[in-house]
Amino acid sequence: MVSLNVNGTVHQLDVPSDMPVLWVLRDVLGMTGTKFGCGMALCGACTVQLDGQAIRSCVTPVSAAAGKVITTIEAIGNTPAGKKVQAAWIALDVPQCGYCQSGQIMSASALLASHAHPTDADIDAAMAGNICRCGTYGRIRTAIKRAAQDAPIGGKGATR
Amino acid sequence: MTTVSRREFVTVLAATGGGLLLGYRVAGAQRAALAATASPSPSFAPNAFIRIGPDGGITLIMPQVEMGQGVYTSMSMLLAEEFEVAPGQIRLEHAPPDDKLYANPFFGEQMTGASSSVRAFYEPLRRAGATARAMLVAAAAASWNVDPASCRARKGVVTHTSSGRTLTYGALAAKAAALPVPDKVALKDPKHFTLIGTPAKRLDTPSKVNGTAQYGIDVRLPGMLIATVAASPVLGGKVAGVDDQKAKAVPGVRQVVRLDDAVAVVADHMWAAKQGLAALAIRWEDGPNAKLSTADVVQGLANASETAGVTARKDGDPVSALAGAAKKVEAVYESPFLAHVTMEPMNCTVHVRKDGCEVWTCSQVLSRAQATAAEVTGFPREKVVVHNHVLGGGFGRRLEVDYVTQAVRIAKQVDAPVKVVWAREEDVQHDVYRPYYYDRIAAGLDPSGRPVAWTHRIVGPAIVARYTPHFFKDGRDIDAVNGAKQLVYDIPAIQIEHVRHEEPVLNTGFWRGVGVTHNNFVIESFIDELAAAATQDPVAFRRAMLGKSPRALAVLDLATKEARWGKPLPRGRGHGVAFLYSDWDSYLAQVAEVEVTGSGDVRVHRIVCAVDCGQIVNPEIVKAQIESGVVYGISAALWGEVTLKDGRVEQSNFHNYRVLRMNEAPPIEVHLVRNGEAPGGIGEPGTAVTAAALSNAIYAATGKRLRKLPLQPGLAIAAR
Repeated sequence: MVSLNVNGTVHQLDVPSDMPVLWVLRDVLGMTGTKFGCGMALCGACTVQLDGQAIRSCVTPVSAAAGKVITTIEAIGNTPAGKKVQAAWIALDVPQCGYCQSGQIMSASALLASHAHPTDADIDAAMAGNICRCGTYGRIRTAIKRAAQDAPIGGKGATR
Repeated sequence: MTTVSRREFVTVLAATGGGLLLGYRVAGAQRAALAATASPSPSFAPNAFIRIGPDGGITLIMPQVEMGQGVYTSMSMLLAEEFEVAPGQIRLEHAPPDDKLYANPFFGEQMTGASSSVRAFYEPLRRAGATARAMLVAAAAASWNVDPASCRARKGVVTHTSSGRTLTYGALAAKAAALPVPDKVALKDPKHFTLIGTPAKRLDTPSKVNGTAQYGIDVRLPGMLIATVAASPVLGGKVAGVDDQKAKAVPGVRQVVRLDDAVAVVADHMWAAKQGLAALAIRWEDGPNAKLSTADVVQGLANASETAGVTARKDGDPVSALAGAAKKVEAVYESPFLAHVTMEPMNCTVHVRKDGCEVWTCSQVLSRAQATAAEVTGFPREKVVVHNHVLGGGFGRRLEVDYVTQAVRIAKQVDAPVKVVWAREEDVQHDVYRPYYYDRIAAGLDPSGRPVAWTHRIVGPAIVARYTPHFFKDGRDIDAVNGAKQLVYDIPAIQIEHVRHEEPVLNTGFWRGVGVTHNNFVIESFIDELAAAATQDPVAFRRAMLGKSPRALAVLDLATKEARWGKPLPRGRGHGVAFLYSDWDSYLAQVAEVEVTGSGDVRVHRIVCAVDCGQIVNPEIVKAQIESGVVYGISAALWGEVTLKDGRVEQSNFHNYRVLRMNEAPPIEVHLVRNGEAPGGIGEPGTAVTAAALSNAIYAATGKRLRKLPLQPGLAIAAR
C-alpha cells in the first residue's frame, strides 16, 4: 500500500511504487484535471506541485511523494498564488484549447509563490518546460505579471 | 458555461422526429445513470440551436466544435445577438452527430475546419436567434393582446414598451412553442449590434483554469478499462506475430488485443497498459514501404514536377510572357511532412454492447466518427451514440477518424468500456501528416523590374480527392492551390498548376492551413526573390502590384507602419514581410523581426500582424487566433519536419519534434482593420503567413535565401 496526500486528503492506494503520480491521479483517483501530454517530462501538461515545487507527475513515481503533499489544479485555487493566477488567467482569457493550462497554472503558481515579482527571465525559466500548441505564451506572460501586481504574495523573490 | 448532456434535447427530437433519432433516446435511457441531467421535454425548441427548458433555462447547442479557436463563444454571440439573451443566461451543449441538423453549410456535413465557422454560420445562427426571438415576442404580444411591434426583447425578457409589462422567455416558452415558426425574420442592421464586434469574455475560460473542462481523454465510466496501442511502424505493415506472455504478467494488464495492423494492451490503468505494451514482443511484417526514406519521396515529387498539371488559373499567355521577359527568375521550393502534435494525444473511448455502441471522443467531424463506428461494428448509425467533448487541440488532426476506427476495432474484442489512449510516440509516428510539397515557380520581369509573367506548379497529393471526393471535380483540388490561385498581385500573365502526386508512404491530410500554409511560403518568399532581382524594397515592390486591391494595400501599409519597416536594425537582424490572401477571404500582412546569431541560430524578436477579416465577431478572439497561428507557424517554419527512414517516422516526442516554448516566443502584435465586409476566416491565416515572413527576415539579416522548410537546419548548413 502507498500513502498519498493529494490536496490535503490522504489516500491509501494499492498501486506499484514506481507508478507515476500522473496515472494515480487520473486513472486511480479519477482526478482528470492533470493532463497527459508526453510521458517524458518534455511538455509540462502533467505539472503538479509537490510540497509547493512544480514537478512533472508523468515521471514522478508515487514513492517519491511519500510523506509529502501533492497539490493539483483542482485545489490550487485554495492557495494565495493559485487564486491570483486563476483570476489573471480569466481576466486575460488566456486558454484556447486549454489542455496545457492546468500545467501552465501549476508552474505559474509555484513561480509566484517563490518569486512575488518575477522578471521576464524568471518567467522564461519557470515556464519554458510547459508547451502550449495554441500559442498562448504572450497572454501567459502578461497574466503572470498581472497576478504578481495583484497585491503581495510573499516569498523570497519579493526583494529581488 | 455549463456543458450538459444532450440527452434531453435528443429526447424531444426523438418524440417529434423519425427513427434515426429514436435510437438516441433508447441509448440515452440505457445510460440514464451516466447522464449529467435528465429533464422532461423542453418547452420551446424552435430550431436545432436553441432550447428553453421547463425551468426557463436557455441552452444553445453548438454546431461547431471547440478546439481552442473560441467558436463556442463566437457561435453563442451570433445566436445571442439576435435572440437577445446575455452570455450569462445561457448554457452550452455539444451537438450530437447529425449531418441534417448541424451540417456546416460550406461542406454539407458536420465539420469544423478550414477557418469556416464564423463565415459559414454568420447568417444561419443569427437567423436562428432572430426566429426564436420573434416567436417569444409574438407570444408575449398575444398574452397582452398588443401589437408585437410594440414589444421589445432584451436579456431574455420581453417588455411591452408603453406599459412596461414584462415576461421572461422562460414564462413565454410554452406559449411560443405553439406558434408557427415564421418563414422570414428581419436580421439586425450591424450598426445596432450590441454583442457582435465586442470583446466579450470567452465562455470556456472558467472551466479551463480549474481542471473541470472535460476533454475526450477525461472520460470515466463504471468498469472502464484503459488501453494503449502500437500500430505498425511502417504504413501498410501487418502484425506477423505477438508474444504476449510478459505483457500479461504485468500487474493490472487484463487483455492483449491483436488487430491485423496493431496490438493493444488493455489494463486497469494507463501505467499498466504502457508497461504491458513495452513488454510485448511484436513481429511486424513491414510490407512494401519497408525500405523507403524521405529522399525517395522527394525524388518522386521532383520527377512529377517535370510533368504538366491541372491548370487552376490561367491569365494571359504566361509562356510567351516569360520567354519575352527582360529577366527570368526560377526556383524550386520544398515543404516537409509535418505532424500536428495536439497537446491532447489521440484517444477514444468505446463501449460495444450486444445492442449498440457508444463512443466518447473529441472530433472535428462528429458524424464521420459515428459512421466509422457503425461500419466497424455493423450496427446501423442510429445504434451508435457519439458524445463529443472539448478538443485538446485540433489543427486538422481531428478531421480524421482513424483513431476512432481503431478504438472501435479494439473495443469489439473487449467486454467493457475501453478508453484507448495513444502515447505521444504513437501520436507523432501515426499522424495523418501535412503532405510533402514540391513547387516549381518562375517569373519574368520587364526592364523596370516589374513582373510580367508568373508560373507556379504545385506538386503534391490531392487531399480533397480522398477526404471529400464529391468536391474533387475534373482533377481539381481546391485546397492544393488555395492561396496560390487567388494571387492578388497585378501580373498580366499567370499560370497556376497542380500536379497530383500521391506518395502513399504516410497518411496525409489537413494541417492548419494545408494548401495555403505551404503556398504562401513559396509565393511570398519568391516575391522577395523578385524584389531582390529588381533591386527594390520588398514592401515597395509589393505595393506597386497591389493598386487594384485596396484591402490588401491597407493591411500591408498598417503592418509595415506598426513594425517601423525600414528602421535600421542591429547587425544580424532583419525585417521580413509577407502578405496573404486566399479562399478564407481574410487579408493579412505580417512583419517579422528576426536575429540570426553567429552560430546560425534563429531568434524571433517581434511579430507584427495586420488583419482585415471583414466583420469581426469578437476582436479578442481574432487576436488570440492570430497569436496562436503565428506561434504554430513559427514552430513549423523553424523546426517542423517529419522524416522517414526504412519506412519509419524518425521523430517521436517533443525532444525531436521541436516546438516553440515560452522563452522563445516573441511578442506578437495584432492590428485589426474594422470594416463591414463579409466575415473572413481567422483560424489558419496566422500560421500560413508566418513562414515566408520569417524566411524573408532571415534573408534580410543574412543574405541567405532559404527555399526549403524547416528554415533552421537549412540555415545551419548555409552558415557552414
